[in-house]
Amino acid sequence: MIRRFIGTVFVLLLPVTALAADATEIMKKSQAAFLYPGIDFKARVVMRLTAKGGQERTRELTMLRKNYGLPGGNQKYFIYFFKPSDVRDMTFMVYKYPAKDDDRWLFVPSINLVQRIAASDSRSSFVGSDFTYEDVSGRDVESDEHKLVKDEACGGRECHVIESVPKGGTNYSKKVSWIDKASLLPMKEEYYDVRGELDRTFTSDEVMDVEGHPTVTKRTMKNLKSGHRTEAAFEGVKYDVGIKDDFFSERYLRNPPKELIQ
Amino acid sequence: MKIRRYILLFVAAASFAQGTALANGISINGFVQGNFSARVTGEALPNSDGGDFLLGEERLQLELAGHNKAGNAGFLSKTDFFHDAITNTANIDLREAYGELTSRYFDFRVGRQMVTWGIGDLLFINDVFPKDWSAFFSGQPTEYLKIGSDALKFDFYPKFISIGLIVTPLFREDNLPSNNRFFLWDPFPAVSDRQTVNPDKNFKNVEVALRLYRDIGGFETSLYFSKGFWRTPSLLLDNTTTPTQISFVFPRLLTYGFSVERSVLGGVFGLESGYYDSMEDRAGTNYSIPNSQWRYLAGYKRPLWREATLGLQYYGEYMFRQGPYRTNLPAGFSVQDRLRHIMTTRLTQMLWHQTLRLSLFAFFSPSDVDYQIIPEVQYHFTDEFSATVGANVFGGKDSDTFFGQLDKNDNVYCALRYTF
Repeated sequence: MIRRFIGTVFVLLLPVTALAADATEIMKKSQAAFLYPGIDFKARVVMRLTAKGGQERTRELTMLRKNYGLPGGNQKYFIYFFKPSDVRDMTFMVYKYPAKDDDRWLFVPSINLVQRIAASDSRSSFVGSDFTYEDVSGRDVESDEHKLVKDEACGGRECHVIESVPKGGTNYSKKVSWIDKASLLPMKEEYYDVRGELDRTFTSDEVMDVEGHPTVTKRTMKNLKSGHRTEAAFEGVKYDVGIKDDFFSERYLRNPPKELIQ
Repeated sequence: MKIRRYILLFVAAASFAQGTALANGISINGFVQGNFSARVTGEALPNSDGGDFLLGEERLQLELAGHNKAGNAGFLSKTDFFHDAITNTANIDLREAYGELTSRYFDFRVGRQMVTWGIGDLLFINDVFPKDWSAFFSGQPTEYLKIGSDALKFDFYPKFISIGLIVTPLFREDNLPSNNRFFLWDPFPAVSDRQTVNPDKNFKNVEVALRLYRDIGGFETSLYFSKGFWRTPSLLLDNTTTPTQISFVFPRLLTYGFSVERSVLGGVFGLESGYYDSMEDRAGTNYSIPNSQWRYLAGYKRPLWREATLGLQYYGEYMFRQGPYRTNLPAGFSVQDRLRHIMTTRLTQMLWHQTLRLSLFAFFSPSDVDYQIIPEVQYHFTDEFSATVGANVFGGKDSDTFFGQLDKNDNVYCALRYTF
C-alpha cells in the first residue's frame, strides 16, 4: 500500500520535476547566450534615463567583459565612463562570482584613488538607471526556482515563458521571462515586487547578429511604479577582442589603455 | 590683467570644445563652481579676513588632456582659476600637470600629480602625501583635501608583484587652517614673530616613497615605505621660558607600513598600519619634534539596505616615548596622550535614481574627547549641474585638541557646480 502510494507520488512528481529541470536548463542556456557569448566582449553603452516628467540624463561608458570558465561561471568586468561629465574618466571593475559576493573597485580620478566597494547590494541601481547591478552582469541561475509556464509567440518569435521565483530573500517576488527559442535571448522580462505587483519590465528592442552571436543591441527597462525608464544601446559590439588577464588590475583601473576604451 | 586674458582664452577654447574630444586626442573639460562657507557660532574672530565667512570663491577648473595615437604617451593639466571673494584676489592653482609614458612593464609620470595610498577614509597612515586641511574644514569639496606632489612616479609591473616609486625632489607642506580665517589653539598668542622653515632644497632632502602590492589569497596586500618629512609643522621656540620667536619646522620622518583588504560578510574589511620613525628625536626628549609613533586602522564598510552604505573605522596613534616627551615639554604646551584614538562613521544614502545623495561623516576621539560631524546633501539638477549643502560641526572637552580647537568654527557651506 505504502509502496503504491510512493509510486503514485513519483509518477505525479515526475513531469513537474522534469519541467523544472527543463526550465532551469533553458535559463542556463539563455544566460549563456545573453551574458556569456565569446571569450571576451567590448561595447560602447549609451544609456538614456528618462524621468516621468520627460527629463533626460545620459550615461555613456565602455564595457569590457571576459569569461573565466564555463558559461554561468566567473567573469571580470571593466567599465570606463565618458558621461556624465562629473564622472568622466572614472573606471569601475568587478570580479563576478556567481555563488558569492562580487569584488568591486572604483577609481576616482580627481584624487587618484582606487577604492574597494562593498558588493552585496546587487539589487541596487547601476549608475542611477533602472537596471540593477544584477541586471547588468546576471544573477546566478541556481538562486531561483524556474518553471516553464507555456510556450507562446512574442514579437514574431516563438518563446518559452518561464517563471523564476527567488529561493532566498530578495526585493522581488517573481520574474517572468520570454525566452526566444531560436536565439535563447530574453525578449521580455517582468519583475514583480514583494506584494506581487508588476514593478519593472525589460524588453529587448533590437537583436543583431554580431560575429555569429545574436546580441541584444537595444534594450529598455521601465519602472512602472515611478514611470522612470532607461534605454540602453550597445554600439560597436566586438567579441574575442583578446583582452589580457592582467588588464583587470589596479594598474589599468588607474590608467586604462586608450585603444581598449575608445 | 594677464590672468584675465589667460582665463578668457581658456573659456573661449572650452566653449568651443564643449567638453568633447578635439582632433588628435586632445580634450578640454572642467567645471565652474561657486563655493561659500559661513561660521554660524556667532563668534567674531579678531583681525579676520572674512568675518563670519570662512570661504567665498568662484572657481573655474580647466582640464586639458591628450595622448599620442599609440596611446603610450600623454599629458594632463588641471588648472583652477579662482577669485577669492573674501580678499578680492584672483588666483591660479595648478592642481595637476604631468606628462607620462607607458609600456608593457612600466609607467613613468613626471610633474605635479595626486598620489593617494592606503585604505583609510579621511584617515591617513601610509598616505604621506600633502593635504589641505584648511579646504577640508571650510567646506570645499572633499577632493580639495588632497593636493598634488611635484614628483616623478615610476611604476613597475613584473609578473609577481607591482611596484610604485614616488620621488619628490621638492617638499610640499600640508595647508593648515590659518588664524586669519579660523579660531585656533595658540599656546603663545603674544609671540608675533613667526617664520616657517622649509627643508633646504637639496639632494639629501629628496623625498622617496615606495609601495609594493599584490593579491595574496584574496587579500589585497600593500607594503609601504617612505623617507621624507613630517608635513604638519612642529613648533620651535627660540627660548622656552620667554619666547620671542616661533619657527615652524618639518622634522625628518621615515615610515614603514602595510595594508590588507578583502571582502568579508557582505562588506569590505581592511587593516592598515604604519611605524612612524621620527628620526631626529628617537629618544623622544625634544619637545619640538613629534615622538615616533605606531599608527593603525581597522575599517569595515557594507551596504545597509538599498542604495545605503555604512562605513566604520577605528584608528589609533601610539607614542613610543611619552615619558621623556612629558619631562621635556615646556610650560604652555598641551600634553598629548600616549594613545590618541579616533572612531569614524560614514553613512550614505542615494535617492531618486542617485540624483540625491545624503551623507553623514563623523570623527569622534574617545581619548581627546572631541569630534567633527559633517552632514551633507547633494542634488544633481541635471547631469551637469549640482548643488551641495553641508555643515562642519566641531566640538570637544578641551580647546587644545585637534577638533576641539575648532569648536568656534562650526560652519555651513554650499557649492553650486556646472561641469562640462
